[in-house]
Amino acid sequence: MKIDVLHIAKLANLPLRKEEIKKYEEQLSSILEYIEKLKRAKTDDVLETSQVTNLENITKNDATTPSLSQDEALANTKSQRNGLFKVKAIFE
Amino acid sequence: MNLNSLTIKQARQGLRAKQFSSLELVETHLTEIEKRNKSLNAFLTVCSNEALAKARKADELIKDGQNFPLLGIPIAAKDIFSTKGLKTTAASKVLEDYIPQYNATVIERLQSAGAIIVGKTNMDAWAHGSSGENSDFGPVKNPWNEQYVPGGSSSGSAVSVTSGMAMAATGTDTGGSIRLPASFTNTVGLKPTYGRVSRYGIIAMASSLDSIGHFTKTVEDSALLLRITAGRDKLDATTPPEIVPNYFNSLSNGVKGLKIGVPKEYVLGLESEISNNFNGSLKILKKLGAEIIEISLPSTEYGIACYYIIQPAEVSSNLARYDGIRYGNDRSFFGDEAKRRIMLGTFTLSVGYYEAYYKKAMKIRTLIVNDFENAFTKVDAIISPVSPTKPWKIGEKVNDPLKMYLSDALTVNANLAGIPGLSVPSGFIQGLPVGVQFLGAKFSEALLFRIGYAFEQETKFYQKAPYEL
Repeated sequence: MKIDVLHIAKLANLPLRKEEIKKYEEQLSSILEYIEKLKRAKTDDVLETSQVTNLENITKNDATTPSLSQDEALANTKSQRNGLFKVKAIFE
Repeated sequence: MNLNSLTIKQARQGLRAKQFSSLELVETHLTEIEKRNKSLNAFLTVCSNEALAKARKADELIKDGQNFPLLGIPIAAKDIFSTKGLKTTAASKVLEDYIPQYNATVIERLQSAGAIIVGKTNMDAWAHGSSGENSDFGPVKNPWNEQYVPGGSSSGSAVSVTSGMAMAATGTDTGGSIRLPASFTNTVGLKPTYGRVSRYGIIAMASSLDSIGHFTKTVEDSALLLRITAGRDKLDATTPPEIVPNYFNSLSNGVKGLKIGVPKEYVLGLESEISNNFNGSLKILKKLGAEIIEISLPSTEYGIACYYIIQPAEVSSNLARYDGIRYGNDRSFFGDEAKRRIMLGTFTLSVGYYEAYYKKAMKIRTLIVNDFENAFTKVDAIISPVSPTKPWKIGEKVNDPLKMYLSDALTVNANLAGIPGLSVPSGFIQGLPVGVQFLGAKFSEALLFRIGYAFEQETKFYQKAPYEL
């Protein structure tokens, strides 16, 4: 199975260097080829497992509790202005 | 007496009897880090000053007669556990300067029990790997032979314990990342039941598989740590309210009369030396009175393929948050393995492929869960080698990701099923450590400790260190 690395990288918002494309194409294809073996397994009447705890509807009180301060929340950003995260414009 | 070679149990006795102080204990471990870390690359951050200050404080508390379970004990934390005010990188350049503003629950609990963190350990970046070579800050070396890998992804944690740099270390096991490095370094590695230990504050890899455990020299020390870290946490909704038993009550009950299953699918295709070592372990358990029974886990062969759909899918979603806006660097800083997994996951979740890959894998996961449930109606626990091969040379598998993935063939199924596994040293092959794992039904950690303890007391491999400590 050939995988369109450029398309996938775009979906995943991953910048790739030109020389990486072929490498990932080969490596990902060989992994997918291995994964193909799953098709042999009979799963017609089998339910899906998405989690293994069997816990359901774990909720907590809808109440405000102390949280990070504004300074703490901003402590690791490289781009801030007036106590806010500064991001690129979305609309021109 | 050399303080680096002590178990936590011995160190607690020594501290209480005033044979040595916490300051001496912490200093000895820091000295070992200073001496060996340059070549082993086990630690990414060492916090000597903070650790020494806490040791002095611990000594005062000990003088006052305080007796927290880990008071004054030096430990290490895998660099994927958030530590407030202490750099936490997940061994990725994306987070090379990230300083968390809060602690992981496990860190809170260990520190409240008196443990002193000496540093943060190196690992495969984002916990993606089986060898410790995927770190963006250079590979971790195996102290038993520095040309070989220590196993991964919790590589530095395993190395720190075997080489006397820390008395215990935290780890995460998503597909074998505690059990494999434990087996390659002659340490005891616990992967608890999924949800037994809170994931809060641990950088997420694959959220339905991530299990939070630790490395120690002995099984008894492992039980001591789990008593502290396990239990419901309101900050992690996947931690069930199951009570945390006193694991020491049954620890020395022995294995007489226990039925231990050997899955026939797990012993196919083992390296011959591993096979011999494993048969030796079975003999020991029989001698101790266990009944060894061949069982079948028929869906085993699909484990790795199933895991390499579910895990990268969750990885691609968890790593989507790293955009370099609120913290860290942008996405061009991801290393090769992270990019591979993000793309693999993005692909299998993309339109037109979801049903064929992700949905199919979730069904296979059910088959694997059922396999174990059936098995545990026939046997009390399961034993198998941790790795189908002995430790390999650094560089041997780095250009062949699929080959690297297959190293986890005997460990990933426990993660898919959410059951616990305990890796215990089982000897040496050409001077390199190997191990066996005991698997049990969900929340059967007490039973696994009991079997592991009996095996360990008979074999005493833990008394060997990679060099004179």
